[in-house]
Amino acid sequence: MRITCPLCGERDRREFYYVGDAVALNRPDPDAGDVVWDDYVHNRDNPAGVTRDLWYHESGCASWIVVTRNTITHEVLETALASDVKEATS
Amino acid sequence: MRVAGKGLVDCSKPLRFLFDGTSYQGFEGDTLASALLANDVKMVARSFKYHRPRGIVGAGSEEAGALVTVGSGAHQDPNVRATVQEIYEGLSAQSQNRWPSLGFDILSVNDLAAPFLGAGFYYKTFMWPKAFWEKLYEPVIRRSAGIGALSGLSNADRYEKAFAFCDLLVIGSGPSGLMAALTAARAGADVILCEEDSVFGGRLNGESLEIAETSGQDWGTAAIAELSSMDNVRLMSRTSVTGAYDQGTYGALERVSHHMTQAQGKPLETFWRIVAKRAILAAGAIERPVAFRNNDRPGIMTAAAVRTYLHRYGVAPGKAVTVFANNDDAHRTAKDLVAAGVHVAGVIDTRTDAPDGQGYPVYKGAEVCDSAGRRALESVSFRYADGRVDKLQTDCLAMSGGWNPTVHLTCHMNGRPKWDGSIQSFVPTEGMVAGLEAVGACNGAFSTHAALLQGNAAALTALGDLGLKTIAQDVPDAEDAPYRLKPLWAVKGKGRAWLDFQNDVTVKDVKMAAQENFRSVEHMKRYTTQGMAPDQGKNSNVAALAVLADATGRGIPETGTTTFRPPFVPVSIASLGAGAQGKGFAPERFTTSHTASVERGAPMIEAGLWYRPSYFPATGEKTWRESCDREVGYVRNAVGVCDVSTLGKIDIQGPDAGAFLDFVYTNMFSTLKVGRTRYGLMLREDGTVMDDGTTARLGESHYVMTTTTAAAGPVMRHLEYVKQCLRPDLDVNLVSVTEQWAQFAVAGPKSRDLLNGLLDTKIDNENWPFMACGTVSALGVEGRLFRISFSGEHAYEVAVPARYGDSLFRTLTSRAEAMGGGAYGMEALNVLRIEKGFITHSEIHGRTNAFDIGMERMVSQKKDCIGKTMSERPGLTDPEREQLVGVKPIGPVKQLTAGSFLFKSEDSAVRENAQGYMTSVGFSPEFGTFIGLGFLSNGRARHGEQMLMVDHLRDVVARVEICDPVFFDPEGGRVRG
Amino acid sequence: MAELLAKSPCDGLLPVTHGSVTLSEMDMTHLTSVAPYKGRDADVSDTLKQAHGMAFPAPNRATGKEGARAVWFGRGQAMLIGPFPDAALSADAAVSDQSDAWALVRLEGADCENVLARLVPVDLRQSVFKRGHTVRTQLQHMTVSITRTGDNAFLIMTFRSMAKTLVHDLETAMQGVAARGTG
Repeated sequence: MRITCPLCGERDRREFYYVGDAVALNRPDPDAGDVVWDDYVHNRDNPAGVTRDLWYHESGCASWIVVTRNTITHEVLETALASDVKEATS
Repeated sequence: MRVAGKGLVDCSKPLRFLFDGTSYQGFEGDTLASALLANDVKMVARSFKYHRPRGIVGAGSEEAGALVTVGSGAHQDPNVRATVQEIYEGLSAQSQNRWPSLGFDILSVNDLAAPFLGAGFYYKTFMWPKAFWEKLYEPVIRRSAGIGALSGLSNADRYEKAFAFCDLLVIGSGPSGLMAALTAARAGADVILCEEDSVFGGRLNGESLEIAETSGQDWGTAAIAELSSMDNVRLMSRTSVTGAYDQGTYGALERVSHHMTQAQGKPLETFWRIVAKRAILAAGAIERPVAFRNNDRPGIMTAAAVRTYLHRYGVAPGKAVTVFANNDDAHRTAKDLVAAGVHVAGVIDTRTDAPDGQGYPVYKGAEVCDSAGRRALESVSFRYADGRVDKLQTDCLAMSGGWNPTVHLTCHMNGRPKWDGSIQSFVPTEGMVAGLEAVGACNGAFSTHAALLQGNAAALTALGDLGLKTIAQDVPDAEDAPYRLKPLWAVKGKGRAWLDFQNDVTVKDVKMAAQENFRSVEHMKRYTTQGMAPDQGKNSNVAALAVLADATGRGIPETGTTTFRPPFVPVSIASLGAGAQGKGFAPERFTTSHTASVERGAPMIEAGLWYRPSYFPATGEKTWRESCDREVGYVRNAVGVCDVSTLGKIDIQGPDAGAFLDFVYTNMFSTLKVGRTRYGLMLREDGTVMDDGTTARLGESHYVMTTTTAAAGPVMRHLEYVKQCLRPDLDVNLVSVTEQWAQFAVAGPKSRDLLNGLLDTKIDNENWPFMACGTVSALGVEGRLFRISFSGEHAYEVAVPARYGDSLFRTLTSRAEAMGGGAYGMEALNVLRIEKGFITHSEIHGRTNAFDIGMERMVSQKKDCIGKTMSERPGLTDPEREQLVGVKPIGPVKQLTAGSFLFKSEDSAVRENAQGYMTSVGFSPEFGTFIGLGFLSNGRARHGEQMLMVDHLRDVVARVEICDPVFFDPEGGRVRG
Repeated sequence: MAELLAKSPCDGLLPVTHGSVTLSEMDMTHLTSVAPYKGRDADVSDTLKQAHGMAFPAPNRATGKEGARAVWFGRGQAMLIGPFPDAALSADAAVSDQSDAWALVRLEGADCENVLARLVPVDLRQSVFKRGHTVRTQLQHMTVSITRTGDNAFLIMTFRSMAKTLVHDLETAMQGVAARGTG
């Protein structure tokens, strides 16, 4: 599997550390309430199809990357720096 | 026997080799299979289950019959396909699965018991009594079945892995692959051409065909010469592409020195990861055997294999060859043999409209129904449609049931092939592997001309995709015969007709599977074991599912195929793990004091990837405990020196550095004064403790954080996560400086005296109080000094650039020794911190939160931080949670052990009564007894309570008293001294 | 006057030669990580140009020349190799002394690309990875920085503590390549 790091270019999967759903970017306010926090910390979808993950280019440039990919075809549809994604939404 | 004037072997270079101890001669360019056939050795193995004699069935990597063991001792290599193994001077090969010898094999009695040994036999028979399965049945079955054996010795050969990149990967160098490579390479594409054979050319070397009015072999040789002259082409022979993976990644196994007497430093194999922008699969096709009674007798092989032995190796596999066919293609075998002067006994063709013979008889509308011969083929019987049976004396039967395109790689990403009724074969479904296109025979195009056309067209498509200019190519004229075939999978009749030669699966077994309702092809496979041997069913899958389709009344396409998975050919684990044997498994990290510590005889223990000294033995000490007690004493009474460089150190700089730390730590750091250090607690977002450590403020916008050794990597990752994913608004930069500094703890009442001996400016309690930090000059080298303590003593950590680490460690330890102290290791460090109730990852082990370790007041109420919200959940502050406590023995048993459980004195020591557990234990010289830390339900309210500590594993039961986790100097006076 | 003795990261391990390829340790020099603060990239680049003669490198590139080089070292970070860093850099960037943190080795010789192809999952062939190109990647299991410094020469950097493993892994690959001959 190969992932295109927005900074380094296409690289072997072995350089990356996988974390999980990119929903982790959307940290709730401290007073958002139990349900929202429970969802944020614990509850994840497990889609057969398109998913957005966070990957860390640990043995590359140390960028956190939002990878949009398809869990059925393994196609990588889009990659973006997590910091750009976060700044665009906040 | 050899056929004069034929073959690509070099008859001027004879080689001697051994098979089962007998010496034979072959020539350079021979495989073990061709050399054995040249010496008229027909029987080369015994089968898996029935121990039936087995011969050479094919001539390629899919070989179904001739599996042998090569080499001996640590170099022993089992299940080597004799058709792939090239001979070399001194090669020694052994037949497998026989005892005491190939000719006389005790377990061939299994064959007589065959009526009882059909599919599912083991499952049905060895059921009772239940206990016998593991103890008796399975071991006996395993000993008698199986194929080759491992030596049991450590693998002594060298293996290598490697990476390669290209625009276009061409897999296979037959006519379609060569044409594709030529077209792409001439246009300037960066091409890798992989060929699993030792020579390029594929079927061109095994046929007498014409391309561009010259022989196919000559055309191929010219094509290879052109390709090898081009800088943009990499030719890789002896390289099997084993798997197709995501995003254009392919695995490939190169057999580097399997064909050499002496490897001379070369690896035995190299496993390549090839990344290709586009790939063309030109893997050819595999001829399928026909199932008939006793079709497994040595001397019976595929028709194309016979042609390969003739043209490629100059070997006739028999003196009187018979061909059994259901298609025109196989008639070439008879033609070519006759042309080479080999006697052909006849061609038996199932079709009444079969072509006529050219110097040999053709028996039309007939099918071979049995074979006979002792150890090897002597005659075949064949039957006409009217039931008449005839017999031919023959020592080699060349059979062909048609061809199966080698679709495997197109299916490695969970694709399924589609059925093409016109050729009665599965062909690739387009687009199953992105960027991969199949051409030629593996795409169902069986004529040479069609292969050339497809190879060219696919290369042009790939060039277009790559944005490269294409150059129009003339595709040469070549053989373009139509493929005529009448399907035949299994000849009807009594007796055992083999489908899977390697796993001894017969037509009857497949029918029985259907009868017993294992109707799905995946169930049939597992019930019969068809397709589960080293060839993975390459020779038998399609025929087996055709038989299944017939038995279940379904068509072949409805029955479908089993799942194709990598690897295409067997791959040794050693090659996949190349470079990771022994210490190659992970990098080793050494501190600057490593050499000095080893010189002092310190046993080094692993801490993550680091090596740290366990203790420093002194003359006369008999146990590690004596050393540890002495080293603890250094710190408590004089001064000890310990390398703490392995702790993670992260430079945190920027205008928002303070705000960033406030967010990642539970407590405040923006308020920390410059020149001061503070202990910090870091949580995960779920409220669990992640790590702890001290962070020093070196400047207004410059902090340096320390992490625990084990968590250095994860904490760096976490900090980058917080910076990039949660708070990109903060202007702060992080960089690891762990490796820049050699840092040593100098601990004990005499620590300041020791340091003042080497600091260029003296320190005292006023200018360097507890938790102070700053820049110092030590013996002329600029470094850093932190007054922090992990032992409860007056202590410092001094850091210098790592180049000076070795020198400073030697200086510190020798000066400490002069003051009644010395170096201390991990054991003493552990005792010192347990005495003070300081936690490590034994306590913050992923299940404890700030409340559990008594640090809930460190979670600042003035600000948000990672983990704060979730740590306030009611369940995480429940008093009944297990809380950090101290534990000391009070009964006759003084031994405490980590991992043991705590029980109320009156309770029985069973799991549901456990009240807590021990996490850390050490022998305290101060108290003259073991002490420990642990977690106990509502533990802070239970100090003074007497309990039982039970270690069920080590069988230790001790009466203990629960106490405060701080055993030593609870007021903390010594640290400020 | 320093009374402490300095040791290089590969002390006692190098140089070694196998076939056409030589692995040697670079002389110890100043290494400084420079990470510009928000919006200060241009200022840092200007300072680097004025003080040290090279621009702040773009991702996957190195600027400067032997003796004074700036190698892109990851997201928002460059490693200044050679000169003692100009004090003005600290105004616009996080500056950290890394002079002792990294082992610097030079892999040189006709087959050096083939040696790295045994260890590094990145295409380092000259047609793709030219002089002045750099990568942060893995070498076997170690995180490294690799920069092409010549037609047949690479600068490889890894953590100081892993120097011995670095030499071991490179030497193993060098031996395998040398035994095969070129190719």
